[in-house]
Amino acid sequence: MKRLFALVAATLLVSSAFAIDEGKRFDDPELQARYEKLISEVRCLQCQNQSIKDSNVTLAADLRREIARMIDEGQTDEQIAEFLVVRYGEFALYRPRTTGKTLLLWIFPFLLVLLGGYALARVVKHRMSLPIDDDITQEGQ
Amino acid sequence: MNRFVWPLVAVAALLVFLVMGLKHGDPRALPSPFIGKPAPQFELPTLKNPEVTIGTATMAGDYALVNVWATWCVMCRAEHPFLLELAAQKAIPIYGINWRDSRLEAMRWLDDLGDPYLASAYDEDGRVGIDWGVYGAPETFLVDPQGTVIYKHLGPLDRVIWQREFESRINSGGPAK
Amino acid sequence: MIPEIGQFALILALALAVCQTVLPLVGAHRGNTAMMGVGRTAATGHFVFVAIAFACLTYAFLTDDFSVLYVANHSQLALPTLYKVSAVWGAHEGSLLLWILVLAAWTIAVAYFNADLPDAYSARVIGVLGFLSVGFLLFALLTSNPFDRLIPAAADGGDLNPLLQDPGLAIHPPLLYIGYVGFSVAFAFAIAAMISGDLDQKWARWTRPWTTVAWLFLTLGIALGSWWAYYELGWGGWWFWDAVENASFMPWLIGTALIHSLAVTEKRGLFKSWTLLLAISAFSLSLLGTFLVRSGIIVSVHAFATDPTRGFFILTFLAVVVIGALVLYAWRAPSLDSDAGFGLLSRETFLLLNNVLLVVAAALVLIGTLAPLVVEMMTGGKISIGPPWFNIAFLVPTLPLIVLLGMGMHTAWRTQKTASWWRLLRIPAIVSLVLGVVIPLFIYGRISVLLVVGCSAAAWIVISSLIQPVRSLLREKGTAGIPRSALGMSVAHLGMGLFVIGVTVVSAFGIESDQALQPGESIEVGGFEFHMVGLSNVRGPNFSAIEAEIEIRRDGEFVDTIRPQKRQYLVQKSWMTEAGIRAGLDKDLFVALGDQLGQNAWSVRVQYKPLIRFIWLGALVMALGGLIAISDRRYRRSGRESEARTRAAEAAA
Repeated sequence: MKRLFALVAATLLVSSAFAIDEGKRFDDPELQARYEKLISEVRCLQCQNQSIKDSNVTLAADLRREIARMIDEGQTDEQIAEFLVVRYGEFALYRPRTTGKTLLLWIFPFLLVLLGGYALARVVKHRMSLPIDDDITQEGQ
Repeated sequence: MNRFVWPLVAVAALLVFLVMGLKHGDPRALPSPFIGKPAPQFELPTLKNPEVTIGTATMAGDYALVNVWATWCVMCRAEHPFLLELAAQKAIPIYGINWRDSRLEAMRWLDDLGDPYLASAYDEDGRVGIDWGVYGAPETFLVDPQGTVIYKHLGPLDRVIWQREFESRINSGGPAK
Repeated sequence: MIPEIGQFALILALALAVCQTVLPLVGAHRGNTAMMGVGRTAATGHFVFVAIAFACLTYAFLTDDFSVLYVANHSQLALPTLYKVSAVWGAHEGSLLLWILVLAAWTIAVAYFNADLPDAYSARVIGVLGFLSVGFLLFALLTSNPFDRLIPAAADGGDLNPLLQDPGLAIHPPLLYIGYVGFSVAFAFAIAAMISGDLDQKWARWTRPWTTVAWLFLTLGIALGSWWAYYELGWGGWWFWDAVENASFMPWLIGTALIHSLAVTEKRGLFKSWTLLLAISAFSLSLLGTFLVRSGIIVSVHAFATDPTRGFFILTFLAVVVIGALVLYAWRAPSLDSDAGFGLLSRETFLLLNNVLLVVAAALVLIGTLAPLVVEMMTGGKISIGPPWFNIAFLVPTLPLIVLLGMGMHTAWRTQKTASWWRLLRIPAIVSLVLGVVIPLFIYGRISVLLVVGCSAAAWIVISSLIQPVRSLLREKGTAGIPRSALGMSVAHLGMGLFVIGVTVVSAFGIESDQALQPGESIEVGGFEFHMVGLSNVRGPNFSAIEAEIEIRRDGEFVDTIRPQKRQYLVQKSWMTEAGIRAGLDKDLFVALGDQLGQNAWSVRVQYKPLIRFIWLGALVMALGGLIAISDRRYRRSGRESEARTRAAEAAA
């Protein structure tokens, strides 16, 4: 048992790029929820495609700590996002902000559904004007 | 044009876009948001003497390299000889930020491999690293005499990159773009 | 020697694939039966040689032939045999070979099971599939040869990526590829029909079962991948909207739209050109997905070695295939208009709604995947689009889709009388709304608007899919009274309902908690007590691990013992998290080891995941629905015979 831990400890020293922390705990469950949501929406820049919540690298741990600190200081989500954008650019945010060049992204879903709805309305309107009976083979149900 | 041609047009546009995207280069390279902006302020104890601090003010007045390094960073070892070479030529003042490291090991590293830095700041908890937007050592920033960041290189520095990206910017006396 | 045989077999397969393309297409054009007949023979030979190549590569893995570069890079002496086999498709070159094998297998399936298709049509289908094979064989031979030698041979290999050393991921790629590549059949049927210009409803009937089979495999493949991500990546999520996931999800969405639109085309002869377009799109999106994943154009968690040359090759091939298909489409589609009408309240309207919403959903996934690239090329700045955007954007089209689904199932073709429709649906609608309040409030003790919407929608789909089967069960005839295709539809929709309830409940009531834990200590999550009994050292064939023994108790009563591991694979030195999971239909209890904190304590991620199994169970039931649908009698007989029988049946009724 002892040897095992010596081995593990040695490995950890060599690759000290791995973080050691136990998630931050807030007394207020609302703050805790905000914290968890925020860290799940920040991209780990050292990783391929992971949030800092799901990553164990040092930088992710450092950023989790910074975000916890900012929540403790009473900063808003917007301020925290701004903190990250100033340092790492918009790339750090998995939730594109609703301002500037990323605003359009949030409009797209509604725009496409409306567009689809319009096209559909035109087709249905046209079909409603055509005779319903046809002599095409009908099959059970 | 009949409506059945539209899918063709859309796909052709998408394909042109993808060809351009393919030529665009590495999707992992991340431009630093600090280019053209004042270097982030900091004040940290030096690696060798915790009593003495260095910071943004120390570097003012001349072009300076700020190199983020750590002993656990494999690529830092790879670029170290070139940093020594630059220091020997007195090409530019080089400052280090020793990022998320153990002081003892970092000092041993400099003793063993040589010390190219005028001074290294000791960023134990990574706070300054975050302020500089560091996400993977080694990173090297070029700061101009007014204290503006004019270039950042991610990954090990070598002669080719130095001449192409750094010297040209120093010689032209400002941000290249 | 064996690898050279494999290489040679691939070259021969290419030669045969060229014959399989040229001769049947020319033969069909000239009406030359002999030339058309060559297609099937060439396809058989092509399949045999690809299978030989595949067997050679597998043999190289099983015999640890590290003089083959691909084997040396992705295997190792101590790798368990199962993973030596799955390592064959564990990286780019081999997975491409698997893709080629699957395509060849689909081709001979089409050639032999569709013997009653008109000769010229069958020949064209085989020719088009041959063309696709030529493209992929060239791709393998020119840019991604799995048989390249390593001289001198390595003493031992670099090991398979530890993430892939898992039974779930061993069978995930084959399932996914059967689905992905299967859409090539629908594509080939569409192209063949457009070349001949003969596009009556028979085309839709021939295409339908093949599309359903491809779709059901893709469903299973995606579900398996999601399940694997859940227990193997260690963070307990089941979908991250990563580019690789999106690449398989877009064809699935369009494939689902295609299945529904084929129903209209077969039944009413409507929307022919639209259905053709979907058939082209489903396979094109499979190709696009392959391109996105293997060219390195987009950042993803998946570690395919990327190479711009490969990117250009796939893109060129994609361009030839898709542009060719769409030119043909622009030429043929205008003549396909039919003048049949339908009422506002009709099955046709609902299926059209289904198509529009699914296509919008697929378009949104595509936009979300490509937008970072667009923004970067236009402004030079980088952005990320992750789960927060996708989750919201995706709900915009899919929430109405779910609600409409329950209605559409019970709406008649042509036109539906409003009164009887309302009489049938009002009780299920009210029950669903009640359940939507009851489930979250009384079982889980919390309620919100989104929860009511999610739970009501799920209950709505489940109830409305059960109406028809239950009714016919109550009658004398039993389920035999409903055609298999209708039963399949009900079952698949039931699966959708189970999926929705799983997603809703787990995202609202799932609990995750990162905490420190050491032997002798306990923590409480979601009403359960997790007690760490001890830690021990475990050795696997090619890894060593630290294993925690964790007892789960509820109110002091023993529930289960789970053993999460933190593994270090000996060759690649990487750490893997092997989560300990107590799986149950009502909930999963999940513990993953994080990092060591100090002397004896570990950070652990403990999760309580209610109904998460419903997500994969739902997918499984959807696939089962597909299976039931294709067992319908009318696909078993030749078109002519079936038509005659149906007419007779109708006359009798």
